Amino acid sequence: MADAVMSSVLKKNGKELQAAWTRDLAAALPTGKGRINAIELEQQTGEFMKLLTVAAEHARGADISAADFKSLRDFLEGVSRSRALQGFTSDETATFIFSFKKPLFEQLRMAVGKDADTLANETWLATALLDSLGLHTVKTFQKAREEVINRQQREMLELSTPVVKLWEGILALPMIGTLDSARTQVVMESLLQKVVETGAQVAILDITGVPTVDTLVAQHLLKTVTALRLMGAECIISGVRPQIAQTIVHLGVDLQGVTTKANLADALALALKRTGSTLKS
Amino acid sequence: MERIPILRMGEFLLVTIQVDMHDQLALKLQDDLSNAIQRHAAKGVLIDISTLEMVDSFIGRMVADISGMGRILGAETVLVGMQPAVAITLVELGLSLPGVSTALNVERGMALLRRKILGVGDVTATAG
Repeated sequence: MADAVMSSVLKKNGKELQAAWTRDLAAALPTGKGRINAIELEQQTGEFMKLLTVAAEHARGADISAADFKSLRDFLEGVSRSRALQGFTSDETATFIFSFKKPLFEQLRMAVGKDADTLANETWLATALLDSLGLHTVKTFQKAREEVINRQQREMLELSTPVVKLWEGILALPMIGTLDSARTQVVMESLLQKVVETGAQVAILDITGVPTVDTLVAQHLLKTVTALRLMGAECIISGVRPQIAQTIVHLGVDLQGVTTKANLADALALALKRTGSTLKS
Repeated sequence: MERIPILRMGEFLLVTIQVDMHDQLALKLQDDLSNAIQRHAAKGVLIDISTLEMVDSFIGRMVADISGMGRILGAETVLVGMQPAVAITLVELGLSLPGVSTALNVERGMALLRRKILGVGDVTATAG
């Protein structure tokens, strides 16, 4: 088995390899940002060396999906996951593995000596193995980043739909950000549910924080208004900015039958009148 | 054959739909209700659909039709207690039921009917 050379190199010269590698890594990574310190780096390189030595001893070939590489894979997944959370870029994460090549190849050359054929063969095997390990790291890194993005998206969706009770029988829903179909669906459902729970008569949809209104957004708003009417509640749209009013008229969207107000205060005053409440000033 | 009961409360009629509506039942209700309005000379009809969880376009149209018939026979009709899911479904189906009065629950619906018939007070629930 040709892996034997690499395995013996790893076993014999492990300490020197790790030292050279850690030095290279520390030089390659941007320091001073406090994202990862020397002790942590040394721990990671040490752990990797240990696992690689074990794996290289037992494994045949460079197929890292084999069972012998499982602990190594798990370790790398852990490393790239933590790198993703610490805000490293993908190339910085990949450098962790690829910077191991230089010291390893040097050691291999020393071990093999002048036999060019064997050296080429050994180098190729080591490259194949390290490349697949590096790719695996990047893949995990990517996945971790996607998970972060997905979680943030979900959180944003939850954050963006607070239904607040303004007065007895009056609900308000301040909408912030661009409205798409998925968001409007969530908004509509949570608002209707809240109307049932609180028995509100009037709901105010505040679109002050909505940057643009196109035909699709207007249609979504109309749907919400209609659904509220079917349930027996009234809907007032407030926070229509001048540009949006112009856009709506230019687009030819028919908002007749929908009460609109320029700001939330006016909408609240109207809602109070509709519910029969009065305010003393 | 099953049928939906129509209760008389003074000059109002109260219809509570508590079973899944199928087409035949809806047609039967339409028939029964128009006869009942005539017989009792009802001034107002309250249709409670708070337990109705599923609608299709046919039932949606039927509800609108019943409301229209009531109006022709001289009775105000109010639809009360529509569930959020039902409201969303009807809107997605393009059935916005124009001209149908709605209210959140039976109590509100009753108040709305009184106001409409006696013609006093501000109408809080919209009338399309």
